[in-house]
Amino acid sequence: MGASTDMRRLNVFEALGDLTLYHLNQLGRMGQFLVRCLVSMFLPPYKLMPVVEQIHFIGAMSVFVVAFTGAFTGMVLGLQGYYSLSQFGSESALGSAVGLSLIRELGPVLTALMVTGRAGSAICAEIGIMRNSEQIDALECMAIDPHRYLMVPRFAAALICLPLLTCIFDVIGIFGGYVVGVKLLGVNEGAYFVGMYKSVVWGDIYMGLIKSVTFAVLIVWICASKGFFLHLERKGGFGAEGVSKATTNAVVLSSVAILVFDYLITAILL
Amino acid sequence: MQKRPPVIQLINLEKAFGRQKVLRGASISIEEGKTTVIVGASGQGKSVLLKHMLGLLRPDSGQVLVHGKDINRIKKKELTRIRSDIGVLFQGSALFDSMTVFDNVALPLRERTRLDESAIRARVEEKLSLMDLNEIDGKYPAQLSGGMKKRVGLARALVMDPKIVFLDEPTTGLDVRKSKEIYRLFFKTQTQLGYTAVIVSHDAPKIFKLADYIALVADGKVQDCLSPEQFQLSENPYIKAFVMDTMGKIYFGEEDPL
Repeated sequence: MGASTDMRRLNVFEALGDLTLYHLNQLGRMGQFLVRCLVSMFLPPYKLMPVVEQIHFIGAMSVFVVAFTGAFTGMVLGLQGYYSLSQFGSESALGSAVGLSLIRELGPVLTALMVTGRAGSAICAEIGIMRNSEQIDALECMAIDPHRYLMVPRFAAALICLPLLTCIFDVIGIFGGYVVGVKLLGVNEGAYFVGMYKSVVWGDIYMGLIKSVTFAVLIVWICASKGFFLHLERKGGFGAEGVSKATTNAVVLSSVAILVFDYLITAILL
Repeated sequence: MQKRPPVIQLINLEKAFGRQKVLRGASISIEEGKTTVIVGASGQGKSVLLKHMLGLLRPDSGQVLVHGKDINRIKKKELTRIRSDIGVLFQGSALFDSMTVFDNVALPLRERTRLDESAIRARVEEKLSLMDLNEIDGKYPAQLSGGMKKRVGLARALVMDPKIVFLDEPTTGLDVRKSKEIYRLFFKTQTQLGYTAVIVSHDAPKIFKLADYIALVADGKVQDCLSPEQFQLSENPYIKAFVMDTMGKIYFGEEDPL
């Protein structure tokens, strides 16, 4: 007498259509989710404390890992750059090479990847657990908009923190390149900084900032929506396994999206 | 006496999850100020029915009318207004696990009213003491027993003085004493606040004592919605089988071999 199931096997074309519809549906849902979150961000009432809490979580707690990654990226750039440039006798261009690579590409991309791994995964897991334990349903039933209550502080915090973290990454990376290039390998200190000063223009810095703002939206959008729509996952989004799968998917998808958008933004702005 | 218009009406609801059809034309009316208990075997769609009443699920076809308005066709603002008159106790309590008991109960007041913190404290403490929950407001949900979680969930559901209260399996996982405690608190608060209640429960026949109406969900439909007396005497084969399963043959004057 139970609810009946029609579980006959689909043929190849039906399965392909089913899969396409599922992914289109998912894309539509995620698109609506993003629009609702971004619109809610500009509507009153504005609450500061939840944003500050998220700035602490997404930004302040990522400073160490971003600084550490920045230092070693700068150092390896110094090392690789020096050996490549020395073949052409252009060691003095090391400052330009390190500065441009970090500010235009590596700073925003690696910062975003670090934040995805540290904060994006946590956002997805937290929202996913809230979905699984009916906490998001409870919010809706209490007439509290989960987009505004849960997502807006995360989007706002990421939009504030990512550009700042990228700047920290760039500065520490430049210093890392300086330590290796100037202090260890003997490149002229003046040439390192003057070369950088002459080759890096405001356009490069804007490009880095535009990328970091875009990546901030991408990270929170993908990670939060993967958790938010956990219950609609095709292969079951329930329990601890569902949360772990969604978190893995969110991190992989965010990382890929960051690299794809990096290319697109570079192609448009160059 | 003229019958009052229904607060909630589900008309011919159909809902499928993937290729699994759960509701196939379910209809029910919930009368104002009364307690309607929805019963049925596991997996028959009781909670799905409840989620439709709350607007958490959209039906594939059919209508969900709350105060005469189809909640799937109204604007979000209006749905929010309707929901502000609703309190829900979820099956797993759905307490926010990173918040203390106090913050859990205070959340709707903080987010939806302009009350200052002292007024919020007074309201929350009043509801917690109504649930016999004193001096636990600083604890986290993970530090509470199952029964306490349900009571905190009930306190949160009632903190905005709602006109309609939904309870999804309020006694699941609780022992007999704790279940009685929840029923006592429910009865006490409903007498005080006079809200309309919709309870999804497995706890038949005990729950019949609290019910004004009982609805049985079976085969994707609401078989009937009747007073407890009518329900037990119904000739509907599904209801008859349910009554037999839960109350035994003794009720019909025959000897139960078990």
